[in-house]
Amino acid sequence: MDIVGERVIDAPRDRVWDALNDPEVLKACIMGCEEIEQDSETELRATVVAKFGPVKAKFKADISLEDLNPPESYRLVGQGQGGIAGFAKGGAAITLEEVEGGTKLSYNADMAIGGKLAQVGSRLIGSTTNKMINAFFDALDEHFSAGS
Amino acid sequence: MAAAEPLNTGIGESVTRVEDSRFLRGHGNYVDDIILPSQTYAVMVRSPYARATVNGIDTSAAMGSGGVLAVLTADDFSAFGGLPCGWQVHSKNGDPMTEPKHPILAEGAVRHVGDPVAVVIAESKAEARRAAALVDVNYTEMSPLIDMQGAVAGSAELVHSDTPSNVCFDWELGDEAATEAAIAGAAHVTRLELVNNRLVPNAMEPRAAIGDYNTANGEHTLYTTSQNPHVIRLLMGAFVLSLPEHKLRVIAPDVGGGFGSKIFHYAEEAIVTVASKLIGRPVKWTADRSESFISDAHGRDHLTTVELAMDANGKFLALRATTLANMGAYLSTFAPSVPTYLHGTLLAGTYTTPAIYTNVKGVFTNTVAVDAYRGAGRPEASYLLERVVDLAAIETGIDPVELRRRNFIQPDAFPYDTPVALTYDIGNYQATLDMALEKTDAAGFEGRKAASAARGKLRGRGIACYIEACGIAPSNIAGALGARAGLYEAATVRVNPTGSVAVLTGSHSHGQGHETTFAQVVSDTLGIPIENVDIVHGDTGKIPFGMGTYGSRSIAVGGAALANALDKIVLKGRQIAAHLMEASADDVVFKDGQFSIEGTDKSVGFGDVALTAYVPHNFPLETLEPGLEETAFYDPKNFTYPSGAYVCELEIDKETGVIDIVDFHASDDFGNIINPMIVEGQVHGGVAQGVGQALMEGAVYDDNGQLMTGSYMDYCMPRADDLPNVTVSNHVTACTHNPLGVKGCGEAGAIGSPPAVVNAVINALGDYGVKHIDMPVTAHKVWSIMNANGN
Repeated sequence: MDIVGERVIDAPRDRVWDALNDPEVLKACIMGCEEIEQDSETELRATVVAKFGPVKAKFKADISLEDLNPPESYRLVGQGQGGIAGFAKGGAAITLEEVEGGTKLSYNADMAIGGKLAQVGSRLIGSTTNKMINAFFDALDEHFSAGS
Repeated sequence: MAAAEPLNTGIGESVTRVEDSRFLRGHGNYVDDIILPSQTYAVMVRSPYARATVNGIDTSAAMGSGGVLAVLTADDFSAFGGLPCGWQVHSKNGDPMTEPKHPILAEGAVRHVGDPVAVVIAESKAEARRAAALVDVNYTEMSPLIDMQGAVAGSAELVHSDTPSNVCFDWELGDEAATEAAIAGAAHVTRLELVNNRLVPNAMEPRAAIGDYNTANGEHTLYTTSQNPHVIRLLMGAFVLSLPEHKLRVIAPDVGGGFGSKIFHYAEEAIVTVASKLIGRPVKWTADRSESFISDAHGRDHLTTVELAMDANGKFLALRATTLANMGAYLSTFAPSVPTYLHGTLLAGTYTTPAIYTNVKGVFTNTVAVDAYRGAGRPEASYLLERVVDLAAIETGIDPVELRRRNFIQPDAFPYDTPVALTYDIGNYQATLDMALEKTDAAGFEGRKAASAARGKLRGRGIACYIEACGIAPSNIAGALGARAGLYEAATVRVNPTGSVAVLTGSHSHGQGHETTFAQVVSDTLGIPIENVDIVHGDTGKIPFGMGTYGSRSIAVGGAALANALDKIVLKGRQIAAHLMEASADDVVFKDGQFSIEGTDKSVGFGDVALTAYVPHNFPLETLEPGLEETAFYDPKNFTYPSGAYVCELEIDKETGVIDIVDFHASDDFGNIINPMIVEGQVHGGVAQGVGQALMEGAVYDDNGQLMTGSYMDYCMPRADDLPNVTVSNHVTACTHNPLGVKGCGEAGAIGSPPAVVNAVINALGDYGVKHIDMPVTAHKVWSIMNANGN
């Protein structure tokens, strides 16, 4: 499944880049995120509670950052284990572009899901994921508008 | 003595179903209804991956979770065997099929989504579920083998690393050279590639099992949703857990539908049996619907190329069918028999085709196991045959009805030996076809088609003539073909002192209505009211033995055993009556419940004979044992061969492609019929499942081996408003080799209907020149054809 989109964030590119690499900001902005720990410059561990239709589970995700080209682009690769709910894995290419009104963030992700998540939630993944992405950007907007 | 009131509960009467009173009132007793003292609950941890290695399982967090009594993995089952396969097929080179181990719980590797890895047992189901989420399984995912052609095509990747290839067997039947020669020299050859779509059985009641170990006497009781409790006792006791029969009782109480999927021995049965002894308390497991989708054996899933060779007059000369049959990740109990001996042997159909050859490869893939599902091999055979015959009719310009008639085996040709190993004992294919055409007003079709066209609908008409083989037998032949069990049936008739009767039958009713049908046979034979008859089934502790219910065998095999046991009762009854009447037993006749001496007014009622048998004060004790109880084991001489002709008329909406079946008629020859109402219901149910396969149902895996159609959101089950008003008619040619002259009716509807429906769709789309559409023929597929370039 491919998830492609973009969003203009009302902040300079350097600050957006920093925010995207700050575990505390990510934790605040990712819906259902209970914790994020940074194991190294390029490795994160996160615990996220997510609900896809009838399947609700706590996903333990390992995320690595690749092809880092600050502050323009990088690639996220990760996989999340939801126990008996199944798993999700995938990658996302993210680019940051300076535009009028701030920074345009473009993402192009591919994702595979398995287990119960795929069995009963597959047709809800797209809509739920988009909802989570929009919520993330809304929270990021709020983060910047709050001036923190 | 006044003539008795007629009973109206004998053979041929549409007696309302005795069992429905409890089912309709919610008083059925299903496995999940059973609550034993101190019962505990098991929840399975299943693989989310289609193919992965299991590097380790950390159960510590789950063990620490509230209410948890045990968390078991493969290590806890190392003393036991794998789940056995009950049928061994040999490849054409003589090699036995590849039979990889099917462990109870995954041993270091998982091979399909849903493969059980661990089991959590807790005080409550909620606690077991909660803890199951905490079982930490460390997997390394591998690329799965999903597509059959890919799995066969010399891939180095193996579903089972200890096997030489993913081909389980490479089986053949028929005369290859004669078939090739006939095809090469034929005036016309019709060729068709088709898919027989994979189905999820979806019995209304999900599977369930309770293990109950009695610490006092060391006896295990397994309550399970099975179609054949004795078979489960044999398979699990002898092959998996090494439990002798006298220490293992298997009870299959009310069971809410099986359709084949509850024939097989499943891991959960062994798991709860072992776990109950381990923790010293009963352990219950009940599948939820999601689990059923990924753990019940699926059905069908064939890829076939078929060629039909004809002479210039449309006379069939040869048929060749080459099939890949999906076995899934493991061999389920009877999986290898389905695409081979239950499929290849049916390829003559109702026709005189002189040369037939079929080659079937069973293929391992990283999907749920595939095994018998209503019809089991015979729907696949009928489908490919009736589709290729219809296509041949289109290609040659011969009317499809006429083409079939030209090739029918004639009514005077029986017994008829086919080129694919069967001997049909009797039938009349013209008769059912004539009946179906008449009932559906064949002559008026063009008028109806024009009327449909005026409403923007494309009307199509399809026919299919099927034959099936029921009641696999005899046991010695089945054994020679690879069956690892006998295929007889047992029945005990226990006449109680006051004249009521208990029948202990090895057949199992999971919706078929045996408690009524079998009681009618008793009522008819003994002349007693049906209320005085109790049909007891589904308990190895009560029933002498039994092979269970599948393959439409209950009445043909179980009913025959019952008839033979009843004959023994009547024979002994005549001896007792003769003594009471001071006559010779040879002079005693039994009719309408009365033993009498012909030509005299002497008679004794059945009840008096029963009482005398148990209170033997005036009894020939020196020559006869007291009591009135008889058992018969019946091993059939041959299969039975139901046949019939099905007609489907449907309309396709030109704007949307939506298909509406407007008329459906099933004309069947089931031999003698015990209860016409129940038989009609069986046909209705079979047609519903066949229409489901033809138009709606289909299990779809993605490339990662995830079941995309894993719930009712995505797996389309037929509902009442999707189905036509099915009408039925019957022609009777009585089976020549069983005592009731019956053939069996359970699967016919699901065998005859898919080709009838698809033939009707292709007929409706005649103007578009489409030769074939694979099932399920969805509105989307039809719309796409109607809107393709050039249309």
